[in-house]
Amino acid sequence: MKKAKTSKFFAKNAQLLIPLIAILLLVIFNLIRDPSFFSIGISANNRGDPVLQGNLVSILNGASELVILAMGMTLVTAAAGGQDISVGALAAIAGSVFVKILKGGAVTGPTVLLAFLACCVAAMLFGAFNGSLVAFFRIQPMIATLILFTCGRSIAYWINGGATPTVESPIINAIGSFIPGIPIPTPILIVIVMGILFGLVFRFTTLSLYVQTVGINQGAARLNGVNTVGIKLLAFIILGVCCAVAGTIGVSRLGLINHETLLINIEMDAILAVAIGGNNLGGGKFKMLGSVLGAYAIQMLTITLYAMKVPSTDVKAYKAVVIIILVVMGSPVVKNSMSRFWKKLKRNHPAGEKEVA
Amino acid sequence: MRKLFALLLVAAMIFTLVACSDEKKPEEGGLIKVGVINNPPSESGYREANVNDFIKVFTKENGYDAKFYYSIKNDEQLSTARQYITDGVDYLLISAAETTGWDAVLKDAKDAGVKVFLFDRMINCDKSLFEAAVVSNMANEGDTAVKWLLDQKLPEYNVIHIQGAMGSDAQIGRTGALDAQFAAGTMKKVVQQTATWDEAEAKKIVESVINSGEKFNVIYAENDGMAKGAVAALDEAGITHGVGKDVVVMGFDCNKWALRELLAGNWNYDGQCSPFQAQVISDMIKNLEAGKKIEGLNDAKQIISVEKGFDAATLTQADIDTYGLGE
Repeated sequence: MKKAKTSKFFAKNAQLLIPLIAILLLVIFNLIRDPSFFSIGISANNRGDPVLQGNLVSILNGASELVILAMGMTLVTAAAGGQDISVGALAAIAGSVFVKILKGGAVTGPTVLLAFLACCVAAMLFGAFNGSLVAFFRIQPMIATLILFTCGRSIAYWINGGATPTVESPIINAIGSFIPGIPIPTPILIVIVMGILFGLVFRFTTLSLYVQTVGINQGAARLNGVNTVGIKLLAFIILGVCCAVAGTIGVSRLGLINHETLLINIEMDAILAVAIGGNNLGGGKFKMLGSVLGAYAIQMLTITLYAMKVPSTDVKAYKAVVIIILVVMGSPVVKNSMSRFWKKLKRNHPAGEKEVA
Repeated sequence: MRKLFALLLVAAMIFTLVACSDEKKPEEGGLIKVGVINNPPSESGYREANVNDFIKVFTKENGYDAKFYYSIKNDEQLSTARQYITDGVDYLLISAAETTGWDAVLKDAKDAGVKVFLFDRMINCDKSLFEAAVVSNMANEGDTAVKWLLDQKLPEYNVIHIQGAMGSDAQIGRTGALDAQFAAGTMKKVVQQTATWDEAEAKKIVESVINSGEKFNVIYAENDGMAKGAVAALDEAGITHGVGKDVVVMGFDCNKWALRELLAGNWNYDGQCSPFQAQVISDMIKNLEAGKKIEGLNDAKQIISVEKGFDAATLTQADIDTYGLGE
């Protein structure tokens, strides 16, 4: 009985297998390569506060922006059946707004909060712009967001007049690095908060159900009284909030906004995270946890390559090889043949069947 | 409707004619007419400083009647150059968007008696078509920085080398000299990795070295942003950096905020690809006007800009005000 339950759970979450296997393989690879890879220690930083150190911390910390963007990207993918390629540019805009407001006066708790809210609003507006192109005008998401992808960093440039302004403040440092007394990097805590928020929304609202309905069959959803335009718009606006949070973290890490390089090329990694997470890029059913695991897998791969000291010119090639393997592993063809193989295995060992029954 | 349109067109034509005739003012007393064609200041902090430098030098007070034009497109630059020639400028100063396609225009300029100076970027053309070119030699920057590093006489050199976008001019120029040291064995390459100018990526690279427990005492980052990223990783790991501390930090570009880090002793060195060419060109023009010849050119009719490198020990606030980029 218990086993039946586990196998049901297993079947329900089968798509999580791919990112989990990816992470597991990377863990095993690193343990063989260098057993001390995952060692964690506590040491004092230059401010004298105790902080956690180690590759595992670096991976969890460094992946924060990517994880948050992957969460939003999952929703957009499921609802609109396409991807938003402007998330990096939008995060740069949000970060620029954040810094612009902080540069206007003294950096205090309330001004930081105000700056964050303002950058959220700005990002939500741009998200709504993307969303309305997709929802009202029914433009392919990738084409619709290509507009902001192209001009987003120029807009970010205008906001701060082309400079790369810096903000020095203990508060900013606390957001992007460590809160004094707490040894866990703040970005990791922010990811946990975002995860809980999404969890609560999915638990207590019908958002997740509606998004999947719209993604699976838009016509049927509309006939059943679901506001398909509104749901798509909402997905893009939520992604906008994710961009604002990611942009704020990115800026706070160094207290510097560089509109050209902030979260550069992250849109591709975010889409990849959604794909590695086993989500259908054509929309419909989704599992946010899959995308989150996918994002951590990507970050772990990057840190592994750094630790291996792969030459600068070869990094992308190595990354590509691993990604090809992951994506092929998650492809329908491989999945089908795997499940056929699994069934055959079961038929040859009927004892296992009896036990389950 | 059509008549109205035609009328509007005629009105527009008359207006432009009037506007044209307005521009033909009588010659202002003895000013040297100069046309400056550059890339737009929005391109980078470097370009912004470059543009401001020319505006600052080619003023009425210095005896110039200067026109400025900015475009990132070669064809727009070309047509403006033609326009300047017909306007009868005495000198044409060009930082071309692209290196090719300028032959015809430069020949026109020569026929019309307009003297041409190139700055910042070379043009692929016969060197008889311009008077002189003031350019940077990217490799100079790296040489200056590495020479400074050797002068520090550290007991050993374990270098983390964070590179810019692979293949860019700045990356090649700043990498070469250090690579030579690695090859010669005078410095040890702890890690050499590209962060493609991305500050956050630079931080991750340094973090991974710290986590591996390897020794290092020099961070050579190919721009200021990446140096800042590297320093953030050091701060989190409790490793001291700067003048007289455990790790030597080197950056490039000389942003004002970066120079302030030097002044505070948090970093050790910042190098610059000099965006200041206006004064050199102005001096040459004054020489030509006085009937003298231009001196100090190399075989390619170039003058290589002097690249600055600032040492935290000798930097002053005045240097920051003069040479710092941005705010």
